[in-house]
Amino acid sequence: MARLSEDNIRLAREIIGRYPKPRSATIPLLHLAQEQDGFVTNEAMSHIGELVGATSAEVYGTASFYEMFKFEPVGKFLINICGTMSCALLGAEELMHHAEGRLGIKMGSTTADGKITLERAECQAACTEAPCLQVNYRYRYRVTPQDLDALIDDLSSGALDAEIPAHGTVATVRQSIPADRGVGAVDPDDVTEGPAWLDGKAAL
Amino acid sequence: MSGGTWKHAPGFYEGDRPRIVTSRFEYEDSFTLERYLATDGYKGLRTALGRPATDVHDEVKNATVLGRGGAGFPAGNKWGLTPQGVWPRYLVVNGDESEPGTYKDRLLMERDPHQLIEGCLIASYAAGLSQCFLYIRGEMALAQERVAAALNEAYAAGYVGKNILGSKFSLDIVLHWGAGAYVVGEETALIESLEGNRGMPRLKPPYFPAAIGLYGQPTIVNNVETLANLPWLLQNGAPAYTAIGTATSPGTRMVAVSGHVNRPGVFEIINGTTTFRDLLYGDEFCQGIRNGNDLKAFVPGGGSAPWFTPDQLDLPFEASQVGPAGSMLGSGAIMVMDSTTDIPRAALTLTRFYAHESCGKCTPCREGGTWLERILSRVVDGKGTDADLDQLFEVGESICPGAFPHASNEKLGLAAVPFPYRMNTICFVGPSAYAPVHSALTLFRSEFEARITKRKLISVTAVGQ
Amino acid sequence: MTTIDTNTTDAENTPPVDPNAVSITINGRTVAARKGELIIAAADRADEYIPRFCYHPRMSSVGMCRQCLVEVEGPRGPMMVVSCMTPVADGQIVRTDTPQVKRAHEGMIELLLANHPLDCPVCDKGGECPLQDQAFSHGAGESRFVEEKRHYEKPIPISDLVLLDRERCILCDRCTRFADEVAGDPLIIFTQRGNNTQVMTFPDEPFASYFSGNTVQICPVGALTATPYRFKARPWDLEQRESTCTSCSVGCRTVVQSSRDELLRFQGVDSDPVNWGWLCDRGRFNFQSTNSEDRLVTPQVKSGDSFTTVTWSEALDTVARTVRHARPGSVALIGGARGTNEDAFMWAKVADALGVTMRDAQLDDGLPASIYSYAQATIDSTCAGGTVIVVAPDLKEELPVLFLRLRDAAEKKRVRIIEVSSHQTGLTKYAWRSVQAEPGTSAAALAALLSESAVATQIQSGAVTIVAGRGNLAESANHVMAAVDAVIGAVPSATVLPALRRGNVRGALSVGLAPSDGNDTAAILEAAANGKVDCLILLGADPLSDVADADLARRGIAGAKFVVAVDTFLSPSAAHADIVLPAAAYGEKDGTTMNLEGRVTNVVQKITPRGTSRADWMIAAELLSVLGHDSSVSTLADVQRDMAKAIPGFGATTTAVAVKRDGVVVSVPVAAHSNVVTSAPPRNSYEFRLNVSRKLYDRAISTLTSPALENLAPGAQVLVNPLDLDRVGAPEGGNVRVSNNNSSLVLPVHSSPSVPRGVALVPFNQPGADIRELIRRSDSVVDVRIESI
Repeated sequence: MARLSEDNIRLAREIIGRYPKPRSATIPLLHLAQEQDGFVTNEAMSHIGELVGATSAEVYGTASFYEMFKFEPVGKFLINICGTMSCALLGAEELMHHAEGRLGIKMGSTTADGKITLERAECQAACTEAPCLQVNYRYRYRVTPQDLDALIDDLSSGALDAEIPAHGTVATVRQSIPADRGVGAVDPDDVTEGPAWLDGKAAL
Repeated sequence: MSGGTWKHAPGFYEGDRPRIVTSRFEYEDSFTLERYLATDGYKGLRTALGRPATDVHDEVKNATVLGRGGAGFPAGNKWGLTPQGVWPRYLVVNGDESEPGTYKDRLLMERDPHQLIEGCLIASYAAGLSQCFLYIRGEMALAQERVAAALNEAYAAGYVGKNILGSKFSLDIVLHWGAGAYVVGEETALIESLEGNRGMPRLKPPYFPAAIGLYGQPTIVNNVETLANLPWLLQNGAPAYTAIGTATSPGTRMVAVSGHVNRPGVFEIINGTTTFRDLLYGDEFCQGIRNGNDLKAFVPGGGSAPWFTPDQLDLPFEASQVGPAGSMLGSGAIMVMDSTTDIPRAALTLTRFYAHESCGKCTPCREGGTWLERILSRVVDGKGTDADLDQLFEVGESICPGAFPHASNEKLGLAAVPFPYRMNTICFVGPSAYAPVHSALTLFRSEFEARITKRKLISVTAVGQ
Repeated sequence: MTTIDTNTTDAENTPPVDPNAVSITINGRTVAARKGELIIAAADRADEYIPRFCYHPRMSSVGMCRQCLVEVEGPRGPMMVVSCMTPVADGQIVRTDTPQVKRAHEGMIELLLANHPLDCPVCDKGGECPLQDQAFSHGAGESRFVEEKRHYEKPIPISDLVLLDRERCILCDRCTRFADEVAGDPLIIFTQRGNNTQVMTFPDEPFASYFSGNTVQICPVGALTATPYRFKARPWDLEQRESTCTSCSVGCRTVVQSSRDELLRFQGVDSDPVNWGWLCDRGRFNFQSTNSEDRLVTPQVKSGDSFTTVTWSEALDTVARTVRHARPGSVALIGGARGTNEDAFMWAKVADALGVTMRDAQLDDGLPASIYSYAQATIDSTCAGGTVIVVAPDLKEELPVLFLRLRDAAEKKRVRIIEVSSHQTGLTKYAWRSVQAEPGTSAAALAALLSESAVATQIQSGAVTIVAGRGNLAESANHVMAAVDAVIGAVPSATVLPALRRGNVRGALSVGLAPSDGNDTAAILEAAANGKVDCLILLGADPLSDVADADLARRGIAGAKFVVAVDTFLSPSAAHADIVLPAAAYGEKDGTTMNLEGRVTNVVQKITPRGTSRADWMIAAELLSVLGHDSSVSTLADVQRDMAKAIPGFGATTTAVAVKRDGVVVSVPVAAHSNVVTSAPPRNSYEFRLNVSRKLYDRAISTLTSPALENLAPGAQVLVNPLDLDRVGAPEGGNVRVSNNNSSLVLPVHSSPSVPRGVALVPFNQPGADIRELIRRSDSVVDVRIESI
């Protein structure tokens, strides 16, 4: 019981429809599955395979290549502490040790209450704000050990529940192409001519 | 004059310089259509659509807009590499910013998504691209939300989709997002990922995406910042654009300076003329090394780039000078190491990054990168031997053979070896695992030897603290 | 006659310049190459060996292992390039012997060995391992890798036949590429990333491909092993001879490998016009049946309910006595399609000597021999371009490597496939048009399709080939012949590739075992049932298992006064025989075979025949001699000499060289058939029309007696459209009663979207209840009721 729900199937079909080839929707659909269940289940991968025309193995091959997809449950909050160059130069290792000590778990594991998972992450594109971390992909900049303690307190108390959705949801805003405005995707095999506006004249 | 900065654009400093891509950062609501339209938004598109597509393409060519993703290839020329008469053609926007040290595309997507959308529209119009896929890094939740919201607004208002602005120009822009893999920033891996596959780079030659890309069709892959330049360019014209910067590196570019400086930040700098010294020490930029320390080394163009030392501080931000000096400008990312830096450990953090991010497709990167990391790790832990230091070069030789480009050639009595290096690998990830090892070991060998001869366990603390 | 101008003689004698010819230099030697060719392929032809692991000439290049790096002279000096990705260019200067190249090769070997376990002494691949060999030839001889190697659980079964050792794997992408690109079964894939990349299946979804054995063969290390060969032998103890697989009629080239007079392994050999090196798993692994304990090893006569062993001379005397005493015209002969051309030819001589008119190499499950009277296609000509119209069984199930070739042609967009069948087949997803027509309507469906304007345009755009075979054993062969005639009527230039499956059916029909005057197997069995057959000789034929009308087969075998079975096993029909003669099996005799195209290639003896079994042609020759006919045959060469004289076209097959590797295509004239008339009664909407089709794995004796394959048959069942399952009211997998006026039986029912509504698909000859009880060959189509119980 972890195939995509009816609502998500609808969303999945909408997403698939945007691409000239259904396979392109694989990663967005894996995110959808992770949003539904908190991690990517085998049943969801098989279901996605059916939807995009791939074998379960192909979907798994794709999914397991990417860091963000988890194949077993993780905490409600995934704390990714960046350990790459700029953050390392400014105390990332110390921050990780502090987090481990504070939560009593090693990097890569989850607290007993299932609330928080700690992970060492690679560069998060916030290098001037080092050391940085993400909680469910929401940034925290120039994080001191004290900041981290406060963050963990807030996560534990539920103070950040409104701001940070549970693990699985990344963006809370989705693209939606209105039926009357979208051009629609076309299989490249069915296209033989160049676009209409390349007629040597101004479009307007 | 140190320039403004705003809480809503963390890390960005405005400065008293021309602003092409960051002009709206001061507005807290810069990401809304309302603000965008109030600040000349979509005027470049209107200008473009008022001219034949080939004219617009020529305008971009004349402006020599260098690609901002790392390779620095002029965008207008790249668009011209598509084979004649093969349809459809696609635009893929590379928003998978993840090169260590790089922080600019995320800001552009979070703070000014409409500017990027307008850039996509102009590029697609000019090059006859029938669909645009805007690929945003998976971990960038806010950027995805801002671009999704902006696209929804733009579709509703008629800027994207069918018959844009009532013209014969129609284009869908599809927001696509990744799931965490650095190598997907490589353009052929980006295409693989967009096709729903493992993000492993495709073989080159002969399959450059401009000829055989997404779904085997001609495909233009452009960086976010590159496209963000186009609205301004179309509004103001190529002459205004080339009036900024130098002839070979016109316009501005965004640079992030991080590490041991007093004021790390992201700056829109004048291309070609601004020097590394300006950036590291200038009042309007980073204001010197922290705690008054000496500069030990810096990475000039993202984690992949061979390192520079204070000797190269006066080089300008100009590819034609940085290349022969043995490194690259890459993606506009400078990482600064002061005199307290533990060099072997710093090198290890970068090598670990590339070993971790190897896609595993080709042998030298998959096996060599991890081998480098493990040797280096032993050396850093004080368990290395002299043979290990030689072995690092030996493994490197199997990844990228021959003389490796690096700074201070003359000082070291070596013949200058310009960037890029020779590779046994498919893409740059493998050599990038070696670059920091090679730079660090060549420039600071004594620090490695000290780790070996002392045979002392170094306590695990933050690098350079 | 042109006048000779002495000034231009030289020019006229010079062959025309090939516009695709280019000349390159490899290590200083000039090598002729063709535009688009890869450096590594050109080097192979020039005997300049470049080491490689991921490159395979029958798959797309991926450039992953980087072992094949060479230096190519460029504008900025020598450049290191991968020779498996870089095409040749005129004037290109390639070096494979510089210190830089040598260093790169050594470096790559060292990196590949870094995580390799080096357990060569206990590895099946040791001794024939590209990694081992190339580490020796191109490695530095030592490793400086002192770190801990990667560890994985090993070996893990990834299918019923294949085991995977991920520690030995060097991630060359050959197996995964094969599965995806060649077989179309992407069930093994790379998972994880970087240094943790590994080949895996999806959890609980095994690598259930009919072609899985090929991955074992092309694995450049010992990461993939097949259960039938694991720990059986060391490569240096194997002896081998090249042969042709006769499991079906594609005629794939193989090497037959043995040790100590026991068959141990078959490997595919690359025959360009046929199999490209690939084999199906049935053909690869059913050699086990040759080694079976259940083989017939002595002649036996029936006494009471059991058999008694007799000598060959006693046995042949008994047969001779029987046929001598038979009424004129009462001797019949069925079979011969499982043996060699020589076997069939000699038995045809026996039949001729006895004046036998009742003979047929088929078991009423193919098409009339007149299918060979049309202009004939080859596999290559079929796959070369144009349109391929498939009115045949599921090729993936019956002629698996022909399926691979057609799939490749469709995937590479060389051909467009139009398929007419009564259920979706393995080929359906590669077809340009696929029509699922109710049994009995394929000719009409095809005619309707051909009248569509898009189809008409396609048909006219190039060559048209019809792949014709018997897709449904519950439907008269006339429907297929009518469909072929419909296409020929529309496109007179169309050629036919006959897709009759039994290994040497075309050879047997060509050298004298084709029925004449309608005396085919059905007629023979009917005659036997009516007491008109005094002696029925079964040549490796098992009517009780293979004739679709079970009742007819039973009545025929029971009605024959005396049955002689020449066979390798005591098949159900042989068990009813009065005398059983043990025949030499595949691998135990030399000879030639003819594939579905008419291509004659050799099959070879590798081991001694089991017991006193002997080749069919020898048995026939001895019988002739006992009967007092001078066959003038004592060796295989004698048979081949006579055959070349007697059978038009066989002259070209008499030299040993001609029948090796690609063989020679022989055309034997066959009479055309008169116009076929087909009709199918309308189906009562409460009933289902029966579609009985073969699967690759069934109760075929060679499958049942091969331990690796015996459990792979899916089992008897009935498949209906999901909407029809609702109508039947039975649960998925539940038992239903399938019945008509002939009989009634109970089968589990499953739903399948591959089956059109109103059709019941039942696999043929499966363990479980036997659908043949419901089939009568007099019926053009068969309708059944399906009821929930």
